[in-house]
Amino acid sequence: MDKVLSVSLGEIALKGLNRKYFENQLISQMKKVIKDIGYNKIYKEQGKIYIEAEEIHFPQMINRLKKVFGLVYISPCIRVEKDMDEVAKASIEIMKDRVNRGDVSTFKVETNRADKKFPIKSPEISRQMGGVILTNFNDLKVDVHNPDVYLYIDIKQNCYIYIDKIKGYGGLPIGTNGKGLLLLSGGIDSPVAGFLMAKRGVEISCIHYHSYPFTSERAEDKVKSLAQILSRYTGKITMYSVNVLDIQKSINAKCPEDEMTILSRRFMMRIAEKIAIKNGMNALITGESLGQVASQTINGISVTNAAVNLPILRPLIGLDKVEIIDIAKDIETFETSILPFEDCCTVFLPKHPVTRPKLQDIEVSESALNVEELVDNAIERMEVYTID
Amino acid sequence: MAVYLDNCSTTKPREEVINVITESLREDFGNPSSLHRLGIKSEKKIEQARELISNYLRVNKGEIYFTSGGTESNNIAIQSIINKYARRGNHIITSRIEHSSVLNTMKYYESKGFDITYLNVDKYGYISLEELQNSVREDTILVSVMHVNNEVGAIEPIGKIKNILKQLGSKALLHVDGIQSFGKIKVCLKDHDIDTYSFSSHKVYGPKGIGGLYINDRLNLSPIVYGGNQEKGIRSGTENLTGIIGFGEAVKIMGANFEREVNHVFQLKTYFANRIQEEVEHIKINTILNQESSPYILNISFKYIRGEVLLHYLEDKGIYVSTSSACSSKGTEKSHVLKSMGLTNEEIEGAIRICFSYENTKEEIDYTIQILKDSIAEIRQIIMR
Repeated sequence: MDKVLSVSLGEIALKGLNRKYFENQLISQMKKVIKDIGYNKIYKEQGKIYIEAEEIHFPQMINRLKKVFGLVYISPCIRVEKDMDEVAKASIEIMKDRVNRGDVSTFKVETNRADKKFPIKSPEISRQMGGVILTNFNDLKVDVHNPDVYLYIDIKQNCYIYIDKIKGYGGLPIGTNGKGLLLLSGGIDSPVAGFLMAKRGVEISCIHYHSYPFTSERAEDKVKSLAQILSRYTGKITMYSVNVLDIQKSINAKCPEDEMTILSRRFMMRIAEKIAIKNGMNALITGESLGQVASQTINGISVTNAAVNLPILRPLIGLDKVEIIDIAKDIETFETSILPFEDCCTVFLPKHPVTRPKLQDIEVSESALNVEELVDNAIERMEVYTID
Repeated sequence: MAVYLDNCSTTKPREEVINVITESLREDFGNPSSLHRLGIKSEKKIEQARELISNYLRVNKGEIYFTSGGTESNNIAIQSIINKYARRGNHIITSRIEHSSVLNTMKYYESKGFDITYLNVDKYGYISLEELQNSVREDTILVSVMHVNNEVGAIEPIGKIKNILKQLGSKALLHVDGIQSFGKIKVCLKDHDIDTYSFSSHKVYGPKGIGGLYINDRLNLSPIVYGGNQEKGIRSGTENLTGIIGFGEAVKIMGANFEREVNHVFQLKTYFANRIQEEVEHIKINTILNQESSPYILNISFKYIRGEVLLHYLEDKGIYVSTSSACSSKGTEKSHVLKSMGLTNEEIEGAIRICFSYENTKEEIDYTIQILKDSIAEIRQIIMR
């Protein structure tokens, strides 16, 4: 009788011919997050992945595995040989543990017989084990429609008995959907955007823009902390930190005041695109949500898009602020995002930014600037950090 | 060049202090409360440090209590006095420009029903003794005023407070927050009949996490934290031995060089202020430039400048100062001190504080002024286009 963790796969199971690739990506992600805790073995058995490790490490492992994309449920199981007495013993032990944690008065046994050579059929196994539980737990009753707990019995090469199903985020394993460069600010939205794209399998790098000495080093530290939290889901993150003060100064000196934001935005996209292409990334990712601020109008987005060729993924485009905040709280970036950040950049914020910029006007304004040189100078002086 | 001009926030420990600390970490690890000879050795070291500090302050050795620093000292003094004398009355007088460790303690007692008078200050940060006199009531139990204001350097007339109280027949006690005065200007605790006086080590080139409280012998205060009755019960908890030893060493050196160092920084400050006044337009010096302010502190507002932006410009060139306000995404947090002095929002946002140390040189000041002028010109050009 051994204790193991079982991991159920979600969408991956549907991926047909690619399934093996997805599974292997997932296993490699899982290994990465638990390798410093230590495990004996990770193996596949008929549609699920199993981890052999010391039971004392299970809570910490589950906590980390929950954040691995592509994984739907984690269950601490008892693994026994295909012997009904052993299954009975394990069922009692699992149920005893669950009853001790409280709030159980009804149950149902659910058996899944993947090994069709096993002589007893699923309903019969469920019936027998239901009987075992009833004789051993006087206070429990069977409820087949709405039980407090399900006792699961999977008959495979081994038998696995478990009750708890701890939810993961689902999605697809990191790296199975290309690479993206996330424009990460210190706010609430961009970390959420990064999380959502990572959940769809995109490997994430981050780029952060600052205006030191008009902004403080602490503002950058805050962004690093956000990237750090994000890296719990995405794994190691490369963060590019680019000073755009010279660009802002030029715009400030040579362009109409109300176009400051949209012009800066176009510069940020250009810089991001250049870095993305150089590092083999296929898309830019932003936390824009339609209508949230002046630059996030359809006109604003069109003008921004026109500055670059790479696709810009905007997973939050249709979400309300409250919905974004809910996700931010769930992924634990919210608390950091709302820390007051020192930002003396308000000097560069127009009082009435344009909300319906026209590409022609913007291009005329930009013609006063040496765009390429400004972009290249900014990139030349950028700093690169590895966040792990 | 690195120029550290943020010595009111904290100071760099003296080399000698670092040496005695490392030595004491190796040699004096015994618990002063232990009965064996290691314990006795440690206890002796503490008493030596206490002696150095009491000599420096010209008070009795038994009147010095070691604490974890200024905040704790202020809390012990204020809370213990209020706890003891609450039956005599519930009125307390303090000023609007105290440190948060005093103001927030006062706010707590205010919420518990105490009546607190906050004295106003003039445009250089001085309380008015007349207002103080008019504020004293029969039920006043405590007057708490800082000696030197940490943001602008105003030296408050604490020497006159006890006389006023006596003339009015008030038995109110006097607590003085001395964090920025200890080791920086002359202190006469006995002459001025001060009841409690707090001070800190890391402002005088000693280690952090250690400070002290003077409690006049005739007071019999009760603790606010209970434990093993170290420091005569006033501050329970195993003594911060290395901190105390380092603090003692810092005070020893500071005491021996006091006059010379004060004269040195006073010259630097005067030189700095004069040059800035002559060479930079649109400024306002918020520190009075005479003997009534600390020689260590200079506060200047630059018009059309955000203090914090200027701070980062200077830091980029190795010069470290501080501001009285911080830009934040939620608006600017403005200094309560400068606000009380009646400065405009713009003056508050454009203020920086320069705090000297014995180590600063004229060359450093010349360099700083040059960088300051360049930075101000650049920032003003961006902002005032």
